Amino acid sequence: MNKNAFIECIAQLVPPNSRVLDLGCGDGALLSYLQKNRKCTGYGVEIDDANVQACVKSDVEVIQLNLDEGLTMFSDQSFDVVLQIDTLQHLRNAETMLLETIRVGRLGIVSFPNFAHWPNRLSILGGRMPVTKRLPYQWYDTPNIRVGTFDDFGGLANKNNIKILDSFGIKDAKQVRLLPNLRAPTAVFKIEKQITVKD
Amino acid sequence: MSLIATPQTMSFNEPLLLSSGQRLQNYQLAYETYGKLNEKKDNAVLICHALNASHHVAGVYEANSESDVGWWDSMIGPNKPVDTNKFFVIGINNLGSCFGSTGPMHINSETNKVWGADFPVVTVEDWVHSQERLIRALGISRLTAVMGGSLGGMQALSWSLEYPDKVDHCVVIASAPNLNAENIAFNEVARRAIVNDPDFHGGHFYEQNVIPKRGLKIARMVGHITYLSDDVMNSKFGRSLRNGEIKYSTQDIEFEIESYLRYQGEKFSDYFDANTYLLITRALDYFDPAKAHENNLTKALEKSKAKFLVVSFKTDWRFSPARSREIVKALIDNKRSVTYAEIDAPHGHDAFLLEDERYIELVRSYFEGIHKKLNAVTTHE
Repeated sequence: MNKNAFIECIAQLVPPNSRVLDLGCGDGALLSYLQKNRKCTGYGVEIDDANVQACVKSDVEVIQLNLDEGLTMFSDQSFDVVLQIDTLQHLRNAETMLLETIRVGRLGIVSFPNFAHWPNRLSILGGRMPVTKRLPYQWYDTPNIRVGTFDDFGGLANKNNIKILDSFGIKDAKQVRLLPNLRAPTAVFKIEKQITVKD
Repeated sequence: MSLIATPQTMSFNEPLLLSSGQRLQNYQLAYETYGKLNEKKDNAVLICHALNASHHVAGVYEANSESDVGWWDSMIGPNKPVDTNKFFVIGINNLGSCFGSTGPMHINSETNKVWGADFPVVTVEDWVHSQERLIRALGISRLTAVMGGSLGGMQALSWSLEYPDKVDHCVVIASAPNLNAENIAFNEVARRAIVNDPDFHGGHFYEQNVIPKRGLKIARMVGHITYLSDDVMNSKFGRSLRNGEIKYSTQDIEFEIESYLRYQGEKFSDYFDANTYLLITRALDYFDPAKAHENNLTKALEKSKAKFLVVSFKTDWRFSPARSREIVKALIDNKRSVTYAEIDAPHGHDAFLLEDERYIELVRSYFEGIHKKLNAVTTHE
């Protein structure tokens, strides 16, 4: 996956001038791009020391936290956009964190590897866990402790009253809108809190 | 080649109004500077010291000497994280201290007597106000950074609140927005040890030609325990015996840790002043910027305009990461610029003075960023 093209693909979902919180921001490349090209502000959240250092080097403000400990540091609806790019699948409390994402952000953008991408299905049919460019790990050393599909996410969103504003797959840094559950290695969802109207 | 430091003093004759309402009619501050103030005077960095340190932040007083190295020499100097080839760095000794700035062992000009216990109680804010005068006298109207660890971090934070238009970056390391009850309790044990020493004489021991060394030693022993982590103490001393076997004595040194603490206490009581210890621990206890804002730290930090770097250490239980996170949260609530790092160093509170590579390199990168921005401003004009 071309990193820069992928970043651009995600970045176009973020409205210009947004205040952004990027959960699991890695080396800060996406935030750095958003600051430079879309005049966004905000912070990254990262647990890894080397990534924190990389963020400081590239002038990205970063808060070193373990996401599995929650987002108590951030107030309700205090960011325009909360990003969870390739983070959800590493979290023990994935469901809670999804809810936290839309508690803290008016808009949530979530992406994760789609396990139902057809090569993965073939691999499972053949009796083995998939090892691909997108999922380069063996079953015993993968950091992806949550294994879900494009369609599974829809179910989780439904269960939690999360409104999906847009969703698509990404393959080779291009949007896949036809049969994304089958055709795309990466799933992307743009979500917000379902506003319940009282009678 | 080592950096050669030159201690200086500056006198102030304009009275300083203190938080207590008292006035200090005149005073002097001891300070050191390293590096050069640039033409635009925008590369100044103030380093604030913690409990037992001084204005001697970096370098040595004589070439090839190793006995008088500045207390934060690992962090500050030529090509160090706070690079004195790029920044003009200032270290100031706080009022009430015993290293050159006006303190309890000096003569009160109004009574012509040694201050002793009558030296006014000073607060973090009082220190910051006195420091600001010195900075102004050096011709500096804005500090590009104020930095400190522990009590020094409280001063850095206070700078951003007392002089929001004079601080661009605030570096707060192993610090807290106030002391919790446990922390005040440790300070109180230390103070009681000093005050109850028969040689203390109510703080007027100078004229008796004695020093309450026993009290100071115990104060330091208690303090020292809280600066270390359980792991470090266990790995360094464990249950090692001084003489290899138990002697069945209740008063002799049996365990290595006892010997170490006694040595630390002894060393400390040779150079530190008892009244200063009381004053500085009180300044620690009193610091609480949220107090005037219904204990709401977010409201308290609203005034601050600086960009922050906040660093804590996972094994620091005296100034725990949770306390640093309170500062970070208040800054985020106010939409302020902040970077927060929680360093997984094993050394407890002491880690802020040590050389964990992740910590040192983080501060280096942060100051490189500051320097880059300073240069960018210059070239755009």
